Amino acid sequence: MAEVTPLIRDELLPPRGPGRRHLISIRDLTKDDVERLLALARTFSASLDREVKKLPALKGRTVVNMFFESSTRTSSSFELAAKRLSADVMSIKASGSAVDKGESLKDTALTIGAYDPDVIVLRHPHIGAPQVIADVTTAHVVNAGDGTHQHPTQALLDLYTIDEELGGIAGLHVAIVGDVLHSRVARSDIQALVLMGARVTVVGPPPLIPRGIEAMGCDVSYDIETIKDADVVYVLRMQKERMLEGANYVPSLREYTARWGVTPERLRPGQKVMHPGPMNRGVEIDPVVADAADALIERQVRSGLVVRMAVLYDLLTHGPVEVKVAEIEAVA
Amino acid sequence: MPTEQTLFGGNGRKDDLSYEGVRVLDPTEGIDETLDLTVEAGVITKIEPGLGGDGRIVAPAFVDPHVHLRTPGREDEEDIASGTKAAAAGGYCAILAMPNTEPAVDSAAVLGALVERAKDEAEIPVGFFAAISKGQDGAELTEMVELAERGAAGFTDDGRPVASPGLLRRALQYHAVTGRRIAVHCEEAALSRGGHVHEGLVSAELGFGGYPSVAESVMVGRDLMLAAYENQPIHVLHLSARESVDELRSARSAGVKASGEVTPHHLCLTDEAVRSLDPNVKMNPPLRAEEDRQALLDALKDGTIEAIATDHAPHARHEKDVPFEEAPFGVTGLETAFSVLYTRLVEPGTLSLAALIDRMSAGPARIYGLERPRIAVGAPANLVVLDLERTWRVEESGFRSRSPNSWLLGQTLKGKVVETVANGKLVHSA
Repeated sequence: MAEVTPLIRDELLPPRGPGRRHLISIRDLTKDDVERLLALARTFSASLDREVKKLPALKGRTVVNMFFESSTRTSSSFELAAKRLSADVMSIKASGSAVDKGESLKDTALTIGAYDPDVIVLRHPHIGAPQVIADVTTAHVVNAGDGTHQHPTQALLDLYTIDEELGGIAGLHVAIVGDVLHSRVARSDIQALVLMGARVTVVGPPPLIPRGIEAMGCDVSYDIETIKDADVVYVLRMQKERMLEGANYVPSLREYTARWGVTPERLRPGQKVMHPGPMNRGVEIDPVVADAADALIERQVRSGLVVRMAVLYDLLTHGPVEVKVAEIEAVA
Repeated sequence: MPTEQTLFGGNGRKDDLSYEGVRVLDPTEGIDETLDLTVEAGVITKIEPGLGGDGRIVAPAFVDPHVHLRTPGREDEEDIASGTKAAAAGGYCAILAMPNTEPAVDSAAVLGALVERAKDEAEIPVGFFAAISKGQDGAELTEMVELAERGAAGFTDDGRPVASPGLLRRALQYHAVTGRRIAVHCEEAALSRGGHVHEGLVSAELGFGGYPSVAESVMVGRDLMLAAYENQPIHVLHLSARESVDELRSARSAGVKASGEVTPHHLCLTDEAVRSLDPNVKMNPPLRAEEDRQALLDALKDGTIEAIATDHAPHARHEKDVPFEEAPFGVTGLETAFSVLYTRLVEPGTLSLAALIDRMSAGPARIYGLERPRIAVGAPANLVVLDLERTWRVEESGFRSRSPNSWLLGQTLKGKVVETVANGKLVHSA
């Protein structure tokens, strides 16, 4: 056999971490992991204030975004995060791809996997899709939302936003209001907030509060007045597209809005309001609330960018081993 | 009057066999001792005191009252030959196949064709359920008397509930003529719709649409009331919820001729298993909570549940190789049932070996009026030879079944079926 000379010597390649890690659920993370990611995001945030915003940290790495469900902020945020770190980015959407021709997720994953991407970011309408990608490729998998299961980077960016705005997370009271049943954001946020020591109350009509949700460490209330007690009111979107026809979760949007809509009258001054977007103004959130100074909705989007930079960087470096913040500063 | 015969195929050769110094365990006959057994031309001819014992156990072979052979229509997933070979490897001497095929077994023509195929292809005797409703769509009753005459082993719309209480009532009324057991898949679709896993703490956390226990128990209650009212027997398929067990127990104690079955997966697993998001732990009814599993075990022990049924449900690889939420319900079980129940329940002392054998053999035979596999002089040889010390690893390459959707892949089990004799023929030897 002839000796093959590699085009790039191993020591010139970015370091490979021990084992392959994924971010599929907040449940996979420890408190230390979250603190490390938030610290890293703060570092990246500082870099965004510079005139040249690009860092060479992930140069030579490939990130593939596979979005099989509609998305504006998450897909753009991941794409920009990867680009800011100098990774090569490829984006695949369900429509216009072989998925339209009936290709299975497994086959699409095998196809993309053949390019040896370092990270695959997946948004998919069905629970369990990230596992399929993790099983058949060698990439690190980041779950960008799988059905009604998890959306871990949303929870991390929400933690980051709260931490920046209120100077900490532990001890705060967060009310999550609305369609909890169909919300992957609510599940990830409850786990993340409880992990970091916040108190969480979910509020909404009984059919939209999953039976047994208390086991996740939150309180349950059907009374919208309870949001007055919260430091942060987190409003969820009514996910009409996930509701089975004739299931009667709510008799009408009118009735829902009248009983559980977040309006100025139901808030007290100084309460912070968050929403993962997209909003149904006038349904779950009053436009006045959405546009008020205490609404952190655009802050959340900005946080998304640096948090996703942190997640990509963390997965592709030694991860749990301490992050070399100084080194990043240096290369920047 | 209907024919007496409800098992077909697996005939042919009649073997001469002898077992010396084996532990013979037939709980129903009251035998548990070291004996020499002789089988001549497929019939047990001698049972004599024996010496020693090499650790092997000879017991009545098993009967699986709930198997999906996917024939006709999905022979790529299973056919009569592969399914009955899998059953032989699992220690079964007879199995009953469900009628939710393509087309459904809802006419004498479809049933007759299956019976003919079974005579050619079946490794062990197989019986066929016929549907309660045409096309299993819950609207029109099948021609139950004719189907019984052609050898239907029982009637069920398994895979679906009989939504209309009026239709189920008619089926129960016809039982008075056919004498073939009505078996019900109890699921109130208005409550289970959109459900992928048990509604409980795990579904709340993972975000799955919930399939609540009450979707099953409300139908178990309804169906038992109908059976009581018509004074006809009824069999409840694959029980999963403790409330359903309570319904069955109280109906039986009130004198209703009701029986029930439970699967190995509902006896061994809870909904905690779905945290793996492995499509091979997705089945209908779903895995439920630990309290439900305990209630099923208690009912199995006290005889409220008389039968263990695998609900062997083969699925093509590509159909299960998808995200959990997209995957079809069902897992295979014929080739692992005894070993997993021995490993998980008998070995740790939860269930006696005698009770396990009874519920896998005499119990299901009694429900469907089949000849009970038994160890007695003059009885046809329906025997299983068990090696309780042997450990083995469940691997796809070892399956006779055409489908690999077992929840036990990669696991090591203790206790193995090393020989099966079905209707006088040695059908499996490992």
